[in-house]
Amino acid sequence: MTITLQNLFWIIIFPGFLFTVAVGLVASWVVRKVSALVQWRVGPPLLQPLYDVVKLLGKETLVPQDAQQVVFKAAPLVALAGTLLLSTMLWRTAISQSAFVGDIIVAIYLMILPSLALIFGSSASASPHAAVGTAREMKLVMSYELPLVLAFIVVIIKTAALVEPDRQLDLAAIAQHAPALSISGMLAFLVALLCIQAKLGFVPFDIAEAETELGSGVLMEYSGALLAIWKLTQAMLLVALPMFLVMVFLGGFATSGWPLAWSIGKYVLILVLVILIKNTNPRVRIDQAMKFFWVYCGIALGIAVVLAIIGNYTGITWL
Amino acid sequence: MSWKIWSLKKSVWVFHVNTGACNNCDIEVVDLLTPKFDVERFGIKLVGSPRHADALLVTGGVTAQAAPRLREIYRQTPKPCIVFCIGACACDKGIFTTGYHMVGPVDKIIKEIDPNAIIAYVPGCPPKPEAMISGVVKALSAL
Repeated sequence: MTITLQNLFWIIIFPGFLFTVAVGLVASWVVRKVSALVQWRVGPPLLQPLYDVVKLLGKETLVPQDAQQVVFKAAPLVALAGTLLLSTMLWRTAISQSAFVGDIIVAIYLMILPSLALIFGSSASASPHAAVGTAREMKLVMSYELPLVLAFIVVIIKTAALVEPDRQLDLAAIAQHAPALSISGMLAFLVALLCIQAKLGFVPFDIAEAETELGSGVLMEYSGALLAIWKLTQAMLLVALPMFLVMVFLGGFATSGWPLAWSIGKYVLILVLVILIKNTNPRVRIDQAMKFFWVYCGIALGIAVVLAIIGNYTGITWL
Repeated sequence: MSWKIWSLKKSVWVFHVNTGACNNCDIEVVDLLTPKFDVERFGIKLVGSPRHADALLVTGGVTAQAAPRLREIYRQTPKPCIVFCIGACACDKGIFTTGYHMVGPVDKIIKEIDPNAIIAYVPGCPPKPEAMISGVVKALSAL
């Protein structure tokens, strides 16, 4: 009984839902504030993302008449559940080093869940704009999943010799090394950063939401509480995805003492890189995005995999 | 004041509807987002879909072609929502009062489908951005 209660506490209050949402809302405020500063504006107040979510919860929720009701309403909940599970898992791994074999693979699966739910939800909404957005989101997912998984494979190869033989797919074990301090690891880190950009739906890869020509595309028909759930999911992804990169590439997320400040610094570094990429690039077309991820990122990762294997074989750690 | 109204005042997302304006008011609306005025300070944000909107910024005197679209957009907006008539045309058809193609003004079209709609008027040709901000403040404090 107490174990159940403790698990519920972990999932709902700390470090799961409430804590991640709080951090995520602050992070989305940072995104908006830094964007505003880049454009010489003042930007919104600290509590603005919270006001937005509270307001959306209080609004009327409209469901289109022709929509597939169950899928349309369930999709945001599935996305929220997946993100919640992902962030709880990452925080638990960071705090107590508790892990199970292959949790990096589970994390990769959970990271796809919000995008999949978005595809299902928007295609259930019976809106032609959302349908175009769905098609774009699908192509985008296909584009960035391959480089993202390849980037993690580079990390697994890099750390294979350093961790115990049966813990090679173990996030807690991988998090004790920093593969980004080598040539192949750095290449993989940069590619993974761009994949995270696409996963978060930020410019230059906000093709599916395309405010100007699709009128928010995939999220177009969502309103009220359902839209609030999508906003919460995006805020939580803003915590979970950079944190996953910190744990995989930058030597883990410590949760006590001075290393905690250093870990927060690493998280903020990734967040600021994402924001700067967002503010200095125009939106790419879907064919450009596919070519970018498959050809350029693919070649870079091919080189990284070869370098990592050579480095592993010859024992040169900086390769 | 209920929490719904309180949070609505803190974060107003607007959708911009052109029902036959000459584009002058539209340029002034976009001025609100520039660094000089920066309405994001007050949580005001331009959104791409009426489903996300809390306020409709309507410009233009509503042509016969645009009237059904305006009604549809108003129905698609989740309530509570505020309708802003921006400019002389939207408020009272302006110089197009005798135009054969004009079926407006905006408040007439909106009240046909919702007699209790919240409608605010910002006159001017075009209204200054300061006037629009003042209009938004007055409409929100009347809620």
